[in-house]
Amino acid sequence: MTTQQTPTATWTPPPVRRDEFDASGDTAEPVGSRAVGLRVAGVDKTYTTRRGDVHALSDIDLEVGRGEFVSLVGRSGCGKTTLLRVLSGLLAPTAGTVEAGDRPAWVAGRRDDAVFAEFGLVFQEANLFPWFTVVDNVALPLKLRGVGKAERRARATELCATVGLTGFEDSYPRELSGGMRQRAAIARALACDPSVLLMDEPFGALDAMTRDRMNLELQQIHAVSGTTVVFVTHSISEAVFLADRVVLLTPRPGRIRSVTPIDLPRPRTVEVEATAEFGELVVGLRRQLDEED
Amino acid sequence: MTTSLDRDTDTRTDGAPPPPVDADATPAEGESPWMRRLPWVSGPLMLVALLGIWQFAVSVVGVSEFILPAPAAVVGALGDLFADPEIGSHIGVTLFEVLAGFGIALVVGVAVGATLGRIAWLQRAVQPALVALQVVPKVAFVPIFVIWFGFGPTSKIIMAALLAFFPIMLNVMLGVRSVDRGHRDVMRGLGASKWATFRDMELPTTLPYVFAGAEVAIVFSVIGAIVGEYLGGSQGLGYLVVSSLNALDAPRLFAVIVLLAVLGSLLYVAVTTVKKVVIPWHDSVRTGV
Ligand SMILES: Nc1ncnc2c1ncn2[C@@H]1O[C@H](COP(=O)(O)OP(=O)(O)OP(=O)(O)O)[C@@H](O)[C@H]1O
Ligand SMILES: [Mg+2]
Repeated sequence: MTTQQTPTATWTPPPVRRDEFDASGDTAEPVGSRAVGLRVAGVDKTYTTRRGDVHALSDIDLEVGRGEFVSLVGRSGCGKTTLLRVLSGLLAPTAGTVEAGDRPAWVAGRRDDAVFAEFGLVFQEANLFPWFTVVDNVALPLKLRGVGKAERRARATELCATVGLTGFEDSYPRELSGGMRQRAAIARALACDPSVLLMDEPFGALDAMTRDRMNLELQQIHAVSGTTVVFVTHSISEAVFLADRVVLLTPRPGRIRSVTPIDLPRPRTVEVEATAEFGELVVGLRRQLDEED
Repeated sequence: MTTSLDRDTDTRTDGAPPPPVDADATPAEGESPWMRRLPWVSGPLMLVALLGIWQFAVSVVGVSEFILPAPAAVVGALGDLFADPEIGSHIGVTLFEVLAGFGIALVVGVAVGATLGRIAWLQRAVQPALVALQVVPKVAFVPIFVIWFGFGPTSKIIMAALLAFFPIMLNVMLGVRSVDRGHRDVMRGLGASKWATFRDMELPTTLPYVFAGAEVAIVFSVIGAIVGEYLGGSQGLGYLVVSSLNALDAPRLFAVIVLLAVLGSLLYVAVTTVKKVVIPWHDSVRTGV
């Protein structure tokens, strides 16, 4: 269990055949045919506000392999959402480069939709459209891709079942609880078979039991689809449970403090949380967080 | 580049858009059946009370027939009005003026509001003119419209349209600016085309604002048309009011006013009904029966 302490010396992938490289290494997970890797180099982000500049991210170098599962943890306000928005191509960095599948995100000031529109995004808020029913919200990515009405309804209904929303397909978002809305948002992100799944504290609004179930479900989705996942969370144990690597951010400005590989065997079950190895990883990460004060 | 992609305030909210201006504050959820039925009970009760006080004033206090005719006399006058073959054309003329004015205001108001809402510099440029027009008592223009457009329906239609235009335009302007940042992220993340973004996000966001404006505007259109008819012409319910006044026929005067009230209410109900059909998802539309 090695922990790299220098922010810039993040884990280096094999130099050859980058597009085929599988970060999970020795594990037997399939890499999704659609999955792509992500790379950010020298990324800096400064927000300009009325009350001066906010330096949100500083000198971020991070590589996420095809099919890899990376968790981002850190204090509130340390820049996790900002980094995720940069990775998604929704937010242009002030400096540095962002690439997906070896294609730059920004060409002449415009996002390359050919690659980045294939991502599945789950935001910190559910961001469902109140004018669509649950099933129509989930089917939105399919609608935008020109999938026929009957087909997208069938697919969206399946996805609702995956996230445990059966029976609520025809409800409006306002009729759902916060956790149910978030699950609908996850289903929407999965609808177009994403090449990369970027999730910003998706389970924050869920109770512990539902959260455990959703974690197992997400692990399953990752294992089956082989998609690349970047997962932001406040919970260190959740991060360790799910990830191939845990990236720890420190605040003001947001920097990568450490990258911790998680070599726990997969598939992981809730029992893994009782193992000494798991405990050590969690304690180690928690100690790093506490050292900040 | 960055600023155009991401605004710098982080005050996102989730779910339904904030209620548009001027929308009736109608609590949608957690309403007991008793609360829902209350207006249906209190409405008739208030009507009965009003009629009681009215009858009391006439028969006990003895208010003069010319000032306040008895309810029965007004009902009688209403009967006479409907017996008159002319009445249909009077109602038709007023209805036509109201609907034409409202229609023009709707089309122009949505177009202008959407344009100003999207083009910030243009909005700022025309701001002084808008404020000036808004604070001016517009009904004062009626005589001018009569000079310009004659005593026919045109001057009334223009008056109705002018009054109805502002609530629609202002609401739509606000509406097109009210697109939720989180919703925008969703559409941009999916690489949605301009057309899809309009169809699935901007239009549904703005529609509640259009209806909030329309609910006010339909009432204003009726006012515009009536005031126009008061001042000139020989047709319409407004004209009937004035001619009853000139004939000192108080029961008939009251009867026409009752007719106008009913007409206004029906038009308002029509607009809210359309709203319930078009945006059933919105908070201002009550769930349940
Ligand atoms: N749109 C914005 N405009 C200005 N400053 C911003 C904006 N978004 C974020 N920031 C600032 O950038 C920093 C990082 O914010 P970010 O949302 O990325 O944090 P976070 O790690 O996701 O926090 P949390 O865990 O609470 O969601 C904060 O100091 C915040 O004030
Ligand atoms: Mg965040």
